[in-house]
Amino acid sequence: METPLTNNIRPDREPLDIEGYEQAGGYRAVRKVLGGMAPADVIEAITQSKLRGRGGAGFPTGIKWSLVPKDLAASGPHYLVVNADEMEPGTFKDRLLLEGDPHQMIEAVIVAAYAIQAETAYIFLRGEYFLAERRLRRAVGEADARGYLGTNILGSGYDLAVHVHASGGRYICGEETALLTALEGRRAVPRAKPPFPQTSGLWGKPTVVNNVETLCNVPHIINNGADWFMGLGRGEDGGTKIYGASGRVRRPGSWELPMSTPLCEIIEEHAGGMRDGYELRGVLPGGLSTSFIMADDIEVKMDFASVEKVGSRLGTGAVIVLDQRTCPIGMLRNLEHFFAQESCGWCTPCRDGLPWVERLLAGIEAGEGEMDDLDILEQHVKFLGPGRTFCAHAPGAMAPLASGLKYFRAEFEQHIHEKRCPWNEAH
Amino acid sequence: MSIVETEAGLTAEQRAAIEAMAGHYDDKRAACIEALRYVQGHYRWVSDRHLAEVAALLDMSRADLDGVATYYNLIFRRPVGEHVIFLCDSISCWVMGREAVNAHLCKRLGIQPGETSKDGAYTLLPIVCIGHCDHAPAMLLDDELHGDLDAVRIDTILGIQP
Repeated sequence: METPLTNNIRPDREPLDIEGYEQAGGYRAVRKVLGGMAPADVIEAITQSKLRGRGGAGFPTGIKWSLVPKDLAASGPHYLVVNADEMEPGTFKDRLLLEGDPHQMIEAVIVAAYAIQAETAYIFLRGEYFLAERRLRRAVGEADARGYLGTNILGSGYDLAVHVHASGGRYICGEETALLTALEGRRAVPRAKPPFPQTSGLWGKPTVVNNVETLCNVPHIINNGADWFMGLGRGEDGGTKIYGASGRVRRPGSWELPMSTPLCEIIEEHAGGMRDGYELRGVLPGGLSTSFIMADDIEVKMDFASVEKVGSRLGTGAVIVLDQRTCPIGMLRNLEHFFAQESCGWCTPCRDGLPWVERLLAGIEAGEGEMDDLDILEQHVKFLGPGRTFCAHAPGAMAPLASGLKYFRAEFEQHIHEKRCPWNEAH
Repeated sequence: MSIVETEAGLTAEQRAAIEAMAGHYDDKRAACIEALRYVQGHYRWVSDRHLAEVAALLDMSRADLDGVATYYNLIFRRPVGEHVIFLCDSISCWVMGREAVNAHLCKRLGIQPGETSKDGAYTLLPIVCIGHCDHAPAMLLDDELHGDLDAVRIDTILGIQP
């Protein structure tokens, strides 16, 4: 089984320096594209591979790049922005890539920036990722000293500057237009789309925003080709995916596995199954803003289309496990607290709706809920759903709630009728 | 040691560093978050005086910069202790027992989340997922990540003998 993204990552995560990275075959993709590939050919190679965004939305990367205007004289400067604002609860894959192999990130940035003809790239990094920040800054310095960054890179005539931008910390910065607003030094409020960032992004200029894991695939596709990439997956989507598992499993962690690896295999083989005394009730398959998948559907393949068929989304591929000893209402209250707190406050349904949802859930959990509360929660699922709000934050918050109301109806009613949390004594 | 209330202005070196940050962007204000964090790195928090100085350096109004400063989780507009503990309160840590860890921290430090210990040593704050879910419950102590927390680990980290 090939693991291109994590090949260089050692168990202690101490990263390769630039010499070690080169010896492991690093910066070959940069030499290849700057040595004679036209930017359009690079975009075509990525389009052929059918690489889809690994940040959660799954948008085809090659198509995203191809939407950037080709006429630089007319459009002005282009920008590449790496979305390294990993903050989806339960998700810890990009931190692994950034800390464990920072040069892979830099190489990916150079290839992608060249493809879209950007001469400035920003790595928008989560402010709390201090170790990743130190390692990225060191890698940028090394790459610069070696002539992979700066002016006339490897004699190609292509110039690129890469800056690491450590964020001030807000979940909404992961939304690509909010990220751009934050990068401009403002409160991270999302922007209306269209126009899309590819035509009007950072400072109104054409900008591509890609997730860390997405970009890290790029040098490998350039080196090995689209067919190789497609062959890595076990289903329709090509490549590998960094899956994770957390909660009461024996060995929580993250693993680079073929795309479409079944959920049960991730939990049983890689995470070692459930700890003694714990049973799996369900999972959030791809971070917080995905719907619950219950134990009946545990054999689902973890790829974009298959997870949708069981009513959820692949998201970040970070599996959060709910066990039978954890109160599902408490879990929903915890996650809606997160969404309420992290709302940017721009649009009313999200700003006012999410705290209301949190209050209702906290009341029910404390044994102070009423049956009418369930109707109000259902209404929120509708009024905060897709198309009702300015961005995807509130609809993301409603996904686990909607599925929770469906799957945990009996537990909701038990809390309300018994006027207590049945899990309180069990803990 | 008590909380430092600084009234000194930024040094010439600090002002130069902030101007250099502004050079990375087409628009000066894009450096404002980085600049506030830089100031905080030296003074632990951002005082009104420092905020005004940064605003002037980046051609922003004070109100505009304060709006940015108060929006982000990692920028402090009030004094904090010598060390800041960010205890994760997101889902994986919650499932793995962060409430018990929080209660233990509160007991040891004699404070509630959002407060600073009387000796000025620690400020305790909740934080959203810090990407250490495979070692939940987790926290940041200043810029260092700690995982697999329980009462014993907390006491070791705080240097408290059992």
